[in-house]
Amino acid sequence: MAEAKRVEQRMIQRRSGLILNRISQVVFALAGLLVLYVVFRAAAAKPGVFFQQVLNGLQLGFIYALIALGYTLVYGIVKLINFAHGDVFMVGSFVSFYTISLLDLHRWPLMIWPTMNPNVAMIIGTITVILVSMVTCGLLAVIIERFAYRPLRAMPRIAALITAIGVSFFLEYFGGLPFVFTNNYITYPRPFEVTVLNAGMVPPLWIGLLWGIFGIAAIAYWILRELGKRGNIRAQVWQRSPLLQFGMLFGGFLGVVLTIVWLAPQLIGTGFELTASNAMLIIMGISIILLVLLQYIVSNTRTGKAMRASAYDKPTSRLMGINVDTVIAVTFALAGGLAGAGGVLYATAFKQVHHLMGIIPGLKAFVAAVIGGIGSIPGAFVGALIMGLTEVLSAGFISTPMRDAVAFSLLIVVLLIRPQGIFGEAPGEKV
Amino acid sequence: MKGRPDNLSPEVEMRPVVLEIEGLTHYFDSLRAVHDFSVTLKEGELVGLIGPNGAGKTTIFNLITGVYRPTAGSIRYEGAELVGLPSHEIIQMGIARTFQNIRLFANLTVLDNVLIAHHPHTGYGLLDAILRSRRFRESEKVLIERSQELLAIFGLEERQNDIASSLPYGLQRRLEIARALATQPYLLLLDEPAAGMNPGEVIELMELIHFIRDKFKLTIFLVEHQMRVVMGICEWITVMDFGEIIARGTPREIQNDPKVIEAYLGKGAVVGARAEVA
Amino acid sequence: MLQKLRSPNVYFALGSLLIFVLIQVLISMGDLNPYWQGIIFWGAAITMVSLGLNLIYGFNGQFSLGQYGFYAIGAYASADITFRWLHHDPSALVVVIVGCALALVFMGGVGVFLRRFYGVTTLAKFLFYLIATILGFYLAVRFVNPAIGPALYQMLNALPLGISQQIVFFLALVGGATLAGIVSYLFGIPVLELGSDYFGIATLGFTIIIKVLLDNTDTLLPFPEMKGARGMIGIPKWTTWPWVFFTFMAVVLVLRNILHSSTGRAILSVRENERAAELMGVDTPSNKVLAFVIGSVFAGLAGGIRAHDMAFLHPTMFGFLPSFNPLIIIVLGGLGSMTGTIITGFFWVILLEGVLRLYLPEGFETWRFVIYPLGLLVMMLLRPQGLMGKYEIPFLRRPLPPPRAHEVPQPEKVAPTAEEVTV
Repeated sequence: MAEAKRVEQRMIQRRSGLILNRISQVVFALAGLLVLYVVFRAAAAKPGVFFQQVLNGLQLGFIYALIALGYTLVYGIVKLINFAHGDVFMVGSFVSFYTISLLDLHRWPLMIWPTMNPNVAMIIGTITVILVSMVTCGLLAVIIERFAYRPLRAMPRIAALITAIGVSFFLEYFGGLPFVFTNNYITYPRPFEVTVLNAGMVPPLWIGLLWGIFGIAAIAYWILRELGKRGNIRAQVWQRSPLLQFGMLFGGFLGVVLTIVWLAPQLIGTGFELTASNAMLIIMGISIILLVLLQYIVSNTRTGKAMRASAYDKPTSRLMGINVDTVIAVTFALAGGLAGAGGVLYATAFKQVHHLMGIIPGLKAFVAAVIGGIGSIPGAFVGALIMGLTEVLSAGFISTPMRDAVAFSLLIVVLLIRPQGIFGEAPGEKV
Repeated sequence: MKGRPDNLSPEVEMRPVVLEIEGLTHYFDSLRAVHDFSVTLKEGELVGLIGPNGAGKTTIFNLITGVYRPTAGSIRYEGAELVGLPSHEIIQMGIARTFQNIRLFANLTVLDNVLIAHHPHTGYGLLDAILRSRRFRESEKVLIERSQELLAIFGLEERQNDIASSLPYGLQRRLEIARALATQPYLLLLDEPAAGMNPGEVIELMELIHFIRDKFKLTIFLVEHQMRVVMGICEWITVMDFGEIIARGTPREIQNDPKVIEAYLGKGAVVGARAEVA
Repeated sequence: MLQKLRSPNVYFALGSLLIFVLIQVLISMGDLNPYWQGIIFWGAAITMVSLGLNLIYGFNGQFSLGQYGFYAIGAYASADITFRWLHHDPSALVVVIVGCALALVFMGGVGVFLRRFYGVTTLAKFLFYLIATILGFYLAVRFVNPAIGPALYQMLNALPLGISQQIVFFLALVGGATLAGIVSYLFGIPVLELGSDYFGIATLGFTIIIKVLLDNTDTLLPFPEMKGARGMIGIPKWTTWPWVFFTFMAVVLVLRNILHSSTGRAILSVRENERAAELMGVDTPSNKVLAFVIGSVFAGLAGGIRAHDMAFLHPTMFGFLPSFNPLIIIVLGGLGSMTGTIITGFFWVILLEGVLRLYLPEGFETWRFVIYPLGLLVMMLLRPQGLMGKYEIPFLRRPLPPPRAHEVPQPEKVAPTAEEVTV
């Protein structure tokens, strides 16, 4: 008992650290505000750069979102950081590079039916190229899962992680072999002609139409939600309709982009030429379609339900008659497919392919998934947009070489404030 | 005195207070797990805490040992407030606990499990360890001897170099108690120590608990599910349901308390429990 | 007497002495060409880095990808010290050594101060330790360096060249390692709280931030001699076999002695079950930081050794892809096995940088990094628990004390019988 008394004496002398915690919170908040202020000042000084970078950031963010979803799906179900995912994305770029440059796949509608409207032909051709890449990458991801990860599923997670790193190295350096993709930077032939959109080239009608779509979808969503709250089951079902989500995302984001372009002369004066391209719009449009489709698959279909059940508890799912192996394979296929699409869009945006191109976007997308809350689909989307905007804005206003450092500092800050990410759920622990 | 039955012997009431919990309330988000829980333990007592599943018994232990921070209320040990302290400091003050679901260091040896619990009392620093000083060697020898003594009490001496997870279930439970004692506690919190044991093992365990209380001069607070254990060894009992205290008293009083019978045991169960105890 | 000589310690000492003498003789006779000598030095360096990571991940269970960040810090800091010294500038030496010392003193003060409070969040702790560190280095740069720099330079230069060189090299190694330790302490306080996967992701971020900073040492940071992304040249080639051997042995011995002590058991308990460790009175946050700092110090030390062997540093050496190397080595060798790490550490370098680089057939040089990941995959599929599993050679094995001889009182004799207990 004597020792306990002594310990107690020591304890009584200690004071609550609440003051220190408050001090640190104030200091960190001030530091954060200072950073925001500096960025804001810089942005206000150069509004042209700011708006241009917002447009570029959105475009990049949508591509990141496609890759980030793959990380989030796979991590959600097998708790594996799939480091090979970025390289699947790279393979997607290269597949489209070959289908375009060797097979002319993007022009097939015109070859078959030369009198077709060129715009429609372009869209169909582009979608075909993307689909081919998606299928190839989906298959590749399934093969990787089957032969590299599945045999290790009963093993500690680290074994699978090391194989993931191994697969990643393999894809990178096998791709770098002279008869595969070579180790040079290769100019990418875009599947469609890129035209620049200026303020004068945007018909106000388009903008009105987009905002109209957004408005209708948003109002319908709101009405259905209110009905759903009152217990209308059918409204609850319709509320999750992919069409509504598509309408809101498509109308909203494209509307914002075109409005910025249209209003550019008023916003920033005439000294600065603000440009968007049709590529930007196509990238965003296709990303949104895929995102909505994925959300639909995961939340509404039987497979999606099996995926969620397996993510939650594999042994029990097995007992409920779910074939967990198949579900995991499907997850990898979906992830690979999205990465393939992302690869085509990334190469289209930056006009270059290289056998190591998957590393940094893959890593950024992974960070985006973590920021958004790994395992959450809306989280991956929001995280990717934040990541894209942060990266591009810090390249514009802080310094280009530092943009990776800023992106990863953001990651660490988010982890410290909210370790489970923006949309993630805090893990509970039973004691 | 608050948090105690009022008919305990004056001799016990004279003893100093070890643990005093007052108005303890804890919410998990909006779920009320514990509400206005109070209990006072005096030196050398063996007190039971019973209640149906989900009544909040283990939560009380988690609150005492700093795993959760209570929404309201105070926990005083030897007069010092525990709320807000990190777990390891609470343990170092002389409170030890075991776990309902066994939490041994599964891949380490039995001896290491006990040695780890001695860690705050090693008596040498990192530099001693790196340089293998005389102090390191001597302290280490003492530590090992002390741990082996403990293991011997629990009949684990021969298995000291086995991997903990290779022990049979009953021995793992015993090792948990041995490990808790290695932290050199004054107050021992036992969380369902008899869970999953067969009747023979339970009787042995009850003897053991009595024995260690006397040998180590412990105060013991015991959460238990099996009536036989609580009724058999506890001096008095607190009954919880839905996070609240519904009764307090000696085992005999509890057995006959209509509130307990109604809210917790049910008529048949009481008869059964009494038959079991007798 | 003979029995005593047969102990694992004696075998280990004799064996390592033999290796030391053998390689020293080979080097002195000129039979070991500089390429293979470099491979061995490199193997020692990467093994030290990996041993550090094994302490952090294999023994303490904290999944970290930040080891190369600390390796880089140690390498660049020590290289900068000796580089500037060669160019008659003792400032780096003074700033790193004195700055680290002052920072440690101030951090100690902060530690004493913080001990008087309870419930301080890790972010608040981080802030106060950060202030202490910055203050320490500020004082070193602003006041101490101008005051004692020139005098120190004169004093050390008065010694014979060989001796002053060795002293500066020693201080450079210590300085680089200490700096890595201080940075890891600051980083570890808030980030180690995150738990395993998130901690790994944050440390990955740390490695990349360090790499970006190294890319910009000449533009954004005030170190023109590091030459940013072009690579730092002109580092003295001072690493010799005795330096490598004794640093390596020091790392192995320190790690072994820590692991076989009570602190080591506490570190292991965190890996086994963090919550149970905490509830057995083990100060788990401190133990995690401790393991992380020691591991990082090893990495920093290895960085200094490697920098003064290569005589050249480039940020890509510490980039994203190489940062997986220590992780791969410890998993291949067996998580939580020092023996496995040491064996795979050397073999990994010998195979990847020696054999595969030198002996691939004509036209297949680029296949090196295709064969390597395939080997990795096969290895993982065949032996997922690693080459050595948890095996240790006797010297590195945790001792199993013999059971005790004498009697203790048994409960049966004292405790009441079951009949007496029942009511």
